Amino acid sequence: MTTLKLTPKYPREKQTIMMFNGDEAVAYAVKQCYVDVVAAYPITPQTIIVEKFSEFVANGEVHTEFIHVESEHSAMSACIGAAATGARAFTSTCSQGLALMVETLYIASGLRLPIVMAVTNRALSAPINIHGDHSDAYLMRDAGWVMLFVENVQEAYDTTIQAFKIAEHPEVQLPVSVHLDGFFLSHTMENLHVLPDEAIYEFLGGPRKPVKVKVDYYDEEVEYTLNPARPLSVGMLAFYDYYFEIKTQQVEAFKHAERVITEVNEEWYKLTGRKYGDGLVDPYAMSDAEIAIVVMGSSTGTIRNIVKKFRERGVKIGVLRIRSYRPFPRRRVAELLKDVKLVAVLDRAASPGTLGALYSDIISSLYTLKERPLVVNYIYGLGGRDLSPQLVHRLIEELREDLRRGFIPEERLQRYLGVRE
Amino acid sequence: MSLKSWREIPIGGVGFKLSTEVKTGEWRAMKPVIDQNKCTKCLICWLFCPEPAIMWDGVRVEVNYDYCKGCGICAQECPVKAISMVPEFGGE
Repeated sequence: MTTLKLTPKYPREKQTIMMFNGDEAVAYAVKQCYVDVVAAYPITPQTIIVEKFSEFVANGEVHTEFIHVESEHSAMSACIGAAATGARAFTSTCSQGLALMVETLYIASGLRLPIVMAVTNRALSAPINIHGDHSDAYLMRDAGWVMLFVENVQEAYDTTIQAFKIAEHPEVQLPVSVHLDGFFLSHTMENLHVLPDEAIYEFLGGPRKPVKVKVDYYDEEVEYTLNPARPLSVGMLAFYDYYFEIKTQQVEAFKHAERVITEVNEEWYKLTGRKYGDGLVDPYAMSDAEIAIVVMGSSTGTIRNIVKKFRERGVKIGVLRIRSYRPFPRRRVAELLKDVKLVAVLDRAASPGTLGALYSDIISSLYTLKERPLVVNYIYGLGGRDLSPQLVHRLIEELREDLRRGFIPEERLQRYLGVRE
Repeated sequence: MSLKSWREIPIGGVGFKLSTEVKTGEWRAMKPVIDQNKCTKCLICWLFCPEPAIMWDGVRVEVNYDYCKGCGICAQECPVKAISMVPEFGGE
């Protein structure tokens, strides 16, 4: 989070301090976003989002239609149907629920429906585990969703609201998932600053405004909404004649998404005084860093804290937090890491049979550089295992040793951080 | 009809062409042929056809070969066996 340099429209004193855990913060954000339809199925550690939101519905605090579905597959299907009628739709899930939802995730993005979903990142079975890691997020990385990873509860609140703005931008029109680490954020209480309802209403420009499309069988442009009075084919068959073109549009939309994420981050800064790097990446102490640690999600705080201590001792080390995992900001990453000598990429999920998923993205971002840093991969925190300050301390000492040696042997390219050997 | 580029078509493949332009009849391997002399116009075929590709104009029962996929349900259900399934041999 960057410190204040201008007077925001709603400075801190005009915001209310609330005590929420990550799930409650997401539910509260959704309440303020004038959402028409919420369809969700409960799963730990997402449950509180659904519980809290159904309380808002029961109390008549929102106009939202809450659809109690029988599975996550149905939750996303209901959101797709709702969004296709022009409604603002939200759902939330994680882990096995997200796995069950995968088929419909591709339909939501393929139909270009701006649905927002909160994912409380949790490990995948087997062995059965309910705690936080990023395996479920990596499961949906090619599903055509904009994926934003948050670091704390305040950011979970802020990003959930921003997600609707990004998704519904006329040039984006993509579903957005907000990833908060299960238990680390979903169940951790934090004091956070929330905005008044009217500020959010104004920020989002009121209810969702569907985009217009030009189809051959109507003279005028029509709204992309299902309407019995004005029929429109949604979910058409497209073979080798048109499938490629429709997928190309999706890929191109991610270029706009990259720009819109930074714009929305800036707009949020002017509104609230809070921003997260440039919206895509959130660097810390990177300007003259020789060693960089690349990470996503809730562990960033711990790492930043230890890095700060090493900085005080004169060690040139920085942290690069990836906030936007999809679109992956490869140009920004290359810019920030070009003068670094050693990069450690931390993956909170294993990709059996290959190196970490985030590691692969970082490597491909750096490939176009003339002089490339050494890059090592760490697998850490699987199944909710804590990344303790001691462990980060040991990691940095190990990296300093690698830097002194000046090369990484092939068998040391991927390492485990915090596993019993 | 010339095919359009990705810049020209609406997003998400929404109504980029009429759904009636998708001639599913091209998928057919066997085609139903109605013997009009045997047909009693009971319309059981019309009721069972999943497409629906059985057309009824009040006088005759006909098959719409643009959309009939050749599933054979009509021939199976016809109580007087007036419909026979004939191999396509590469289309009409």
